[in-house]
Amino acid sequence: MPAKAEKAIFSAKIEEDMRDEQLLEVTERYLNGGMDAGERRAFEQLRKENAEVDIWVIEHQQFTGLLKQYGERVELENRLNAIHQEIDVHAIAEEVMVHPSWIVQLWRDHHSKISVAASIAIFAILGTLFFTGYLNNNSSYVELRRKVESLNRSNKNLTTAIQRINTDGRKMAMTPDKYRGTGFAITSNGLIATNYHVINGADSVYVQNAAGKLFKVKVVYTEPQNDIAILKITDTAFTGLGTIPYTFKRTESDLAENVYTYGYPQDSPVYGDGRLTSSNGLNSDTIDYQISVPINPGNSGGPLLDSKGNVIGIVKAKETHLEGVHFAIKSGYLLDAIENIPTDSLTHKPVLNTKNTLSGLTRVQQIKKLQNYVFMVKVYN
Amino acid sequence: MSKDLKSSTPTDSEIVFGILNNSESAVKRLYVAYFPMVLQLIVNNNGTPDDAKDIYQEAIIVLYNKIKKGDFELNSKLKTFIYSVCRRLWLKRLSQMNRYGGDIHDFQEYLPFEDDAEQHNERDIQFNKMQSALQLLGEPCKTIIEDFYIHNRSMQEICESFGYTNADNAKTQKYKCLQRLKKLFFQQK
Repeated sequence: MPAKAEKAIFSAKIEEDMRDEQLLEVTERYLNGGMDAGERRAFEQLRKENAEVDIWVIEHQQFTGLLKQYGERVELENRLNAIHQEIDVHAIAEEVMVHPSWIVQLWRDHHSKISVAASIAIFAILGTLFFTGYLNNNSSYVELRRKVESLNRSNKNLTTAIQRINTDGRKMAMTPDKYRGTGFAITSNGLIATNYHVINGADSVYVQNAAGKLFKVKVVYTEPQNDIAILKITDTAFTGLGTIPYTFKRTESDLAENVYTYGYPQDSPVYGDGRLTSSNGLNSDTIDYQISVPINPGNSGGPLLDSKGNVIGIVKAKETHLEGVHFAIKSGYLLDAIENIPTDSLTHKPVLNTKNTLSGLTRVQQIKKLQNYVFMVKVYN
Repeated sequence: MSKDLKSSTPTDSEIVFGILNNSESAVKRLYVAYFPMVLQLIVNNNGTPDDAKDIYQEAIIVLYNKIKKGDFELNSKLKTFIYSVCRRLWLKRLSQMNRYGGDIHDFQEYLPFEDDAEQHNERDIQFNKMQSALQLLGEPCKTIIEDFYIHNRSMQEICESFGYTNADNAKTQKYKCLQRLKKLFFQQK
């Protein structure tokens, strides 16, 4: 029974195949116009009656049409490729290329090499800077002489010039000073200590005392390596300072000692105090102390005193990237510098004060005494 | 060579009638005449000469089919038409490759296009399906089908070249091949 059914299905399939194959043949004859009129009419009748056959014919027509079009497309493509073979594409490409300027061309051709070379160069430069310590040093270290705003200062100059004319009866042509710093007396006969960087490159240097009197000074000795300069008042109007109230400390001061300075970061003197925060300066430089006294451009060259009224240093510079990191040259180097002054620069060897008259006084009284011995240094060039 | 051909640029009507009359030389003259223009467009806009070849041939085929179908109207120059088609095709290719910087360096005037791009695409997809179906079909079916349906050879000829003993065998073979091809074609997504 199942075998019989299977056989029936099988034979039905064969029949179907046979029928379809015949249908294909008939359809193709129909589509190719290979039928005579009678056959044709009969087939069209079949299509009308049997929707299945009709759909099959349409589908077949579409499919063979597509096959034909596909064949044509392939042929056209082959023809175009054959034509293309004959064209010298390279020559035409050369001709039609918009040629960029030679520098762009150079870059395109060699950019990898240029990049490598540039990287090596940058690396070498950075490496050199790093190993020579350049990168660590100068970036934010600022020496504190003050560049004066010319308007503000010329006004002040006029005032002092008028004062001078009034008091001395002398006339003096004033030109604006370029830089200012602070200096302080080391002997009563007019030797003044300041920073080398304050007076570096100066044509002429003047100092101005608390009363606003200007005195011409001469640079008698400098030690650029320690940033120390010694000035001498040469002005004929200068009559001497009286006894210096402070002394100079040879030994190093201790950490956390209360220290203060007094100087001219602006036109009127400014007092600032703080602590000695490190016995070494920038990059462990043993010339300097590090201090927390607030200082500004113009403070350079001012005295750094301890609470007993000893000069322990010269205010010098600050680290701008760090808050409250300032530097002062240790007074030992100042004493060395004083000893090193060539004898022919001075009429007699400087005699330093050894009696401290500030030690027992309050800070306010100390400053009152101090102000006559601290000068504004004005630099003209 | 290109210089000579350039000087004898064919007129547009020569080309159109040549293609309608299945003239081999018309296609060739057309192809040679405008290839430098398209090459210029492509190579100066981030393309290679091979890209130019692909794009240009696609455009020539579009033009060819348009002329063959009889719906090409000569209301613009062939040159402008080809340039515009290539320009649009190249922009499309560039954006597909994410190389389009939003700016194209133009050398000719061009027409804005919107029509028959989709239709063209649809047919390309069909052709691709047909190509892979034929590939999968294998020999000898592929050759039989191609000979009969594309190259219009008679069953008699096919019979001889394949050495079939009688035409009925060949017909059955062809029928089976066609059934398989249809199956392969419609199976594809």
